[in-house]
Amino acid sequence: MSNRYKEDFPILRQEPGRKPLIYLDNAATTQKPETVIRAMEDYYREYNANPYRGLYEISVKATDRYEEARSVTAGFINAKEPAEIIFTRNTTESLNLIAYSYGRSGLEEGDEILIPISEHHSNLLPWQQLAREKKAVLKYIYLDEKGSLREEELEEKITNKTRIVALAYVSNVLGTIYPVKNIIDKAHSAGAVVVLDCAQSIPHFPLDVQELDTDFAVFSGHKMLGPMGIGVLYGKKELLLRMPPFLTGGEMIDYVAEQEATFAPLPQKFEAGTPNVEGAVGLLEAINYIRQVGYAQIGAVEDALTAYALDRLKQVPYLTVYGEDSRTKNRCGVISFNLEGVHPHDTASLLDADGICIRAGHHCAQPLMKYLGLAATCRVSLYFYNTKEDIDALIASLMKVRRWLGLGN
Amino acid sequence: MGIENIYSEILMEHANSSHNKHHLAHATHTHRGINPSCGDEIELEVFIKDGRIEDASFTGSGCAISQASASIMVDLIKGKTVEEAKKLADIFTGMIKNNITDEEELEQLEDAVALKDISHMPARVKCAVLGWHTLEEVAKNKKTC
Repeated sequence: MSNRYKEDFPILRQEPGRKPLIYLDNAATTQKPETVIRAMEDYYREYNANPYRGLYEISVKATDRYEEARSVTAGFINAKEPAEIIFTRNTTESLNLIAYSYGRSGLEEGDEILIPISEHHSNLLPWQQLAREKKAVLKYIYLDEKGSLREEELEEKITNKTRIVALAYVSNVLGTIYPVKNIIDKAHSAGAVVVLDCAQSIPHFPLDVQELDTDFAVFSGHKMLGPMGIGVLYGKKELLLRMPPFLTGGEMIDYVAEQEATFAPLPQKFEAGTPNVEGAVGLLEAINYIRQVGYAQIGAVEDALTAYALDRLKQVPYLTVYGEDSRTKNRCGVISFNLEGVHPHDTASLLDADGICIRAGHHCAQPLMKYLGLAATCRVSLYFYNTKEDIDALIASLMKVRRWLGLGN
Repeated sequence: MGIENIYSEILMEHANSSHNKHHLAHATHTHRGINPSCGDEIELEVFIKDGRIEDASFTGSGCAISQASASIMVDLIKGKTVEEAKKLADIFTGMIKNNITDEEELEQLEDAVALKDISHMPARVKCAVLGWHTLEEVAKNKKTC
C-alpha cells in the first residue's frame, strides 16, 4: 500500500542517492508538508515585519496573517471567538500559563488537583510545583494494567475539594484515548475546571471545545504538521478574563506608568513580547492541510495502519506490547513495546542503522513507567503518511535485533 | 560508521555477562551514577586499600552500551591505583569525545577501545561514559575521606 501523502512531504520523498527515511516517531514531532514550509518561507521573503504597531503595508500584512491564524485555529476547534485562542510556544508553555495564572490566583491550601498517573511531565510538573507552593494536594488517578481509566477510581478521586482536573486526551506512551467527555462532566459536577492536553489527539481526530465543554485545551503546532515554537492555549473567555497576566512586557499592555499599568484585552493580555508570526503562519497552513486531507481520511488510514502494526508486532518473538494490544476505539497509533533482554536504546540504535526512527526511553512519563514497573520502552507512533511498507521495514529490522545482540532469535 | 562495529563481540560478551555485576561485601566506597535522560543507573562499588583499587564491581540497569562499558571498566581498574584509574577515565572520556586518537595512548584502555566508535554516535555518548563518570566521583570522594 503506497501512500500518496508522502509526496507532499519533502523529507519523506524517495529521491535518488538518498537513504529512504522511515519515520515512526510522530508523537515526538511530525514532518512538514511542502505547503507549510513554503508559507513560512514566503513570510520571510515577502512580508516579515513586527506585527501590531507597524504603520506600513508589510507590518499590516504580518498582523493580518497572524490574526487570521488565530481565527482559523478558533474555527478549527470550534471556540466561540478568536479571543479565546492564545498563542504560546508549545503545549508545555500553555500548561504552565494555566498553572501560574489560573492556579496561583485561584487555589487555596487543601484544594485538590487531580491528574492521571499517565501524564507527560509537562502536565504533571506545573501542577506538582503549584501544589507544593499553595499547599494544595496533587492526587493521581491510577490506571488498569492496559492503561485504561477505571470508572470507580475516578468516582473516588473527584471530590468536592477538587479544583482542577488536568489530563491528556491521548496518552503519549500507551496511545490510550481517555473518555474525556465523561471526566469533564464529572469534574464540573464537583465544581472543578478541566485542563485538556490535546497534543497527542488533535493530529489524529477533531477537537470541539464547546461540545466537550472543556475549560482549557492546549496543543502544539509541531505535532500536527506545523512548525516548532508555536503552541495554542484555548480558554473559556470568562476564565481568561478573570486570570492575571502570565508574562508581562511589550504587546500585552494598555497603558504603562511609573508605578502601575493596565493590560491589553484578550488575547494580547497573554501574549507578551513580539509574537511568533512565522510559527502562526505555519500553523495556519498545517490546519489547512489537515482539513484538505480530512480527519475522516486520517482516521481511516491510521486505524488500518495501527491494526496492521499491532498484528505484525505480535509476530515478533520475545516482543511485548504495552497497553491495549488490539485496535479498538480507545486507542491511537502510539505503540509502546519491548524486546525481551534488550534495552530500548539498543533497539532504537540498531533500527536507526536501517533508517528507521523510533523513540526509546521513558517518554517524559517517569511516574507512569514506575507504576507499570518499566524502566523504559520503545515507542512507535504513526501518522497518516506512514505505510504498510514502513511497518514491514520496522518488523524486518526488529527481527534482527536480538540476533545482533548475541541473544539468539 | 557501521553499527556492527559498536555492538561488537567484546561488548556483547560484557553486556551479557554478570562476572562484574554483583555487590561487594567489603566495599569501602560506593557511588551511584544516573543518566537522567534515559534512566540508566549504575552503582559502582570499590574496595580501596592503601590507595589501590583491590576489588570493584557494579550493579544497575541500562542499555547494552552502559552495562558493557561499566563491566569493561571494572576489569580494567582492578589492581590499579586510584590515580592510575583516574588517568584511564581521562583517556576514555578523551576517546569518546574524539579528543584522543593516538593509538598508543588508547592501548592502555585495552578492551574499552571497543567503544571508540561511540564518538560518532552522539546519542549514545552518555551511555558509554556513565560508569567512568561514576568512577571519577568515587575518586573525588576518596580525597575527602
